[in-house]
Amino acid sequence: MKQVVLELKDLRKSFGDNHVLNGFNLKLYEGENLVVMGKSGSGKSVMIKCLVGLMGADSGSIKIKNDDIVSLGQRELDILRTEIGFLFQGSALYDSMTVRENLEFPLRRNKDKINTGQTTEELVVEALENVGLVSAIDLMPAELSGGMQRRVALARALILKPKIILYDEPTTGLDPITSKEIIQLMRTIQKTYKTSSLIITHDVDCARVISNRMILLVDGINYAEGTFEELSTSEDPKIKAFFKN
Amino acid sequence: MILEKTNSIAVKTKRFFEEIGDMTYFAIRFFKEVVTSPFEWKELIRQCFQMGNRSFLLVGVTGFILGLVFTLQSRPTLLELGAVSWMPSMVSISIVREIGPVIISLICAGRIGSSIGAELGSMKVTEQIDAMEVSGTNPFKYLVVTRILATTLMLPLLIIMGDAVALFGSAIVENLKGDVSYVLYFNKVFDALKFSDVIPATVKSFFFGFAIGLVGCYKGYNCSKGTVGVGEASNAAVVYTSMLLFVIDFIAVFLTDIFF
Repeated sequence: MKQVVLELKDLRKSFGDNHVLNGFNLKLYEGENLVVMGKSGSGKSVMIKCLVGLMGADSGSIKIKNDDIVSLGQRELDILRTEIGFLFQGSALYDSMTVRENLEFPLRRNKDKINTGQTTEELVVEALENVGLVSAIDLMPAELSGGMQRRVALARALILKPKIILYDEPTTGLDPITSKEIIQLMRTIQKTYKTSSLIITHDVDCARVISNRMILLVDGINYAEGTFEELSTSEDPKIKAFFKN
Repeated sequence: MILEKTNSIAVKTKRFFEEIGDMTYFAIRFFKEVVTSPFEWKELIRQCFQMGNRSFLLVGVTGFILGLVFTLQSRPTLLELGAVSWMPSMVSISIVREIGPVIISLICAGRIGSSIGAELGSMKVTEQIDAMEVSGTNPFKYLVVTRILATTLMLPLLIIMGDAVALFGSAIVENLKGDVSYVLYFNKVFDALKFSDVIPATVKSFFFGFAIGLVGCYKGYNCSKGTVGVGEASNAAVVYTSMLLFVIDFIAVFLTDIFF
């Protein structure tokens, strides 16, 4: 039986009268790639932001490695966050820093987390080698293409060698070829570092290639759960709507 | 029609007071975070250098022109009254007590306040602040505390520098037009200036710096609505800071009048 590394129970979040999450549940097991799919505005990004404490949930519990993040103080939450890699939808690279400085930023603050004996420079180069972008080390984010920015963001998410990685729409805004490259990279990373990944997407191709298991988020609840094959062959009209193309 | 207007005024008034409340909470959070570890010394020094260095030339040129123009404009009137020998005293007291701090602060509100508002606003809408938070860094401490401290510390220095350059500009005019030597001019300046002129002006310049940093950071950090929001944050930072500077100046003058 694989260990649960992340668990959401009865998560609820509303913005005024707009009830975005109405009791969402989720379990992420060690080493698995779990894809959460939903329409735009269905609350996927809200859910993932609640998960790392960027947004407060109205009710429900969020457990990461048995720690309930709601009950954690700021210091403990910051420590826990270093065990999670987060790839943002728009890459979110610090645009006043070079690629090197972007990667050094989390390292400098959490150097004690890395006990490999490697220097900061070695860790930065290693992370960039993983995404095939060592040549961009001294460039500014504005000098990179969208795909390259996403790769650097992935390198930054990986630099503290987290065991859980959260991907918020990893292929949004990228052309099909670059999307495939990013998906391939995500698979390689999962195999190399044995990470558990939670992937938020509405990209069916991405879900097909990368998922071990999927959850469909509809009306704020986990409407359906299963493998890609199980869900894509479902006769339920709400589920079918996701796999139309 | 009247009801609609009344409602609109009520909504705007409510929003205004909510904004003041939020800004007060933001300021309280600053005072809480500024005294707790970890301290972001490196970023503070970087911000101080950037703010001081980037505003140095602008403040210098503005101060120089301010001194020149002020002396040129005042000269004919003082000549008419036979009081031209009072020029160094008048210029120095006016510039050090009031004109220098206010004009230079307004310039810095435009230069530094808008830049902070736009930078933090853009970081907010592109999720860079969120990225910082999930990497285990307190973005309020790293971005906000350092910037507010930097403006609070650097503005008095910029004002002192601007005042000195303005007096130098004034001395040039007096030297060229009135054959007053630089030594005599500055002797008269230092004779005229008292601690009661310099201390209140310096103290209020710390508050001016704090206001520029606070409003710029508040507007940028709470920016929303995408790129439009960034423009609004930058613009609002300048407008609100300019208003706040005059309010602080009024309070400072009022208190100075009582205590000095």
